[in-house]
Amino acid sequence: MRRFVMTVLVAATVLLSGCGYNTLQRTDEQIKAAWAEVVNQYQRRSDLIPNLVNTVKGFAAQEQAVLLGVTNARAKVGTIQATPELINDPQAFTRFQQAQGELSSALSRLMVVVERYPQLKSDQNFRDLQAQLEGTENRIAVARNRYIKAVQEYNVVVRSFPSNLTAMLFSFREKPQFTVENEKEISKAPKVDFGTPAPQSPGGAPNGTK
Amino acid sequence: MSHALPRALLAAALLFPPAYTAAEIAVPPLKARVTDLTATLTSDQRAALEQKLAALEARKGSQVAVLLVPTTQPETVEQYAIRVFDQWKLGRKGMDDGVLLLVAKNDRKLRIEVGYGLEGAIPDAIAKRVMDEDIAPLFKQGNFYGGISAGTDRVSKLIEGELMPPPRRTAAPGSGWSTETLFIGFIILAMASQLLHSLLGRFLGAGVAGIAAGIVGYVLAGVAAAAIIGLIAFVISLFVGATGRRGIGWSSGGNWSSSGGSWSSGGGGFSGGGGSSGGGGASGSW
Repeated sequence: MRRFVMTVLVAATVLLSGCGYNTLQRTDEQIKAAWAEVVNQYQRRSDLIPNLVNTVKGFAAQEQAVLLGVTNARAKVGTIQATPELINDPQAFTRFQQAQGELSSALSRLMVVVERYPQLKSDQNFRDLQAQLEGTENRIAVARNRYIKAVQEYNVVVRSFPSNLTAMLFSFREKPQFTVENEKEISKAPKVDFGTPAPQSPGGAPNGTK
Repeated sequence: MSHALPRALLAAALLFPPAYTAAEIAVPPLKARVTDLTATLTSDQRAALEQKLAALEARKGSQVAVLLVPTTQPETVEQYAIRVFDQWKLGRKGMDDGVLLLVAKNDRKLRIEVGYGLEGAIPDAIAKRVMDEDIAPLFKQGNFYGGISAGTDRVSKLIEGELMPPPRRTAAPGSGWSTETLFIGFIILAMASQLLHSLLGRFLGAGVAGIAAGIVGYVLAGVAAAAIIGLIAFVISLFVGATGRRGIGWSSGGNWSSSGGSWSSGGGGFSGGGGSSGGGGASGSW
């Protein structure tokens, strides 16, 4: 009897570790943590924006369009609930990513415009904000990178044999990955046009300011 | 001639390491607090910096390291810095109180990478100011030692102002006793107990099992843990094999080295404490 119980215990341990059940759990949990960090850093960026917009407004109030663009993009980001379930819903995930992408491009337009105001650029408050924004963008990049790696690890487990059987049994599905849809956009150097007020690029790039 | 093919394969393997790292600058191994791959600092200057940073770690426990590389291309200075930080693991585990000052000399780029735990003491804006006000002006004059020294001094001061738990002498890098390890250990113990009981009798067998478990515990964790583990193993072994059946074929029985724990060698030199960074800090140029 004792031997039987022990054999079952040994078999259960070996099988459950061997079939990847524990690995699935671990990697799934890792993804959640990585995702929380991504959301956290995006939130940090959102929190920075009102202060940034106000500071820029003090020196460059005539840049209404650009400032409004940033504010609107931020508002749009705020309407999307970044719940943990989001990573299991590819459509919501894409929407979230799109909204954040729009905010990114609105912000980069703002930073381009700012170049025209030397007084603003030398303002210590603005410089601090700029450093914070840069730091946050970098944190977002790092967090996204770690999320991508976590998802990659998980997806490999879900898809490879024999853990794919376990994954099927316990309904672990592949998770959506961050896609670089705006690849063209980001591989292009930001356009700095001197003088002309409307930063409407001729290539039909999605601008989002209207 | 018959050796040509294996040799060619070997050469290919050496020439083409895993593709993803092929284009990137390798992260140098962490051997000292100041790593200079550009031969910019004299050995005296390096020693002076080392001493200051070591004193800081002795006082506050935080690890600050300096790395000078010729270039980080094709990566940005930020991407390279986070890779270095991930590999070096500056700062204490769980505290994440490490700082990396990275200088890419030919790119004229700088980065202060701040661990999670010091983001409060050194916010991005302050890190940026340290670079713009302390380091960059001296770098512009070609005074690299002066710039690095001034920068690390100010970073040290910022860390000094932060309330933090004092440094611990006994660095115990997470020996990670997962439940799985314990469970497998328990099963092995039970198996070995039966074998020992049948060979040596119940009490003596349990004693041997306890001592053996203690030795394993000593190797993996240290003296205090060894005593506890040995005692627990003794008690468990005493009861597990209570029936003491004879002639069970556990011939290939106890394999004591199963729980392949990894522990740091702890030899001299400098090593990261297991901290991590989430990309905090600031970048600049001169």
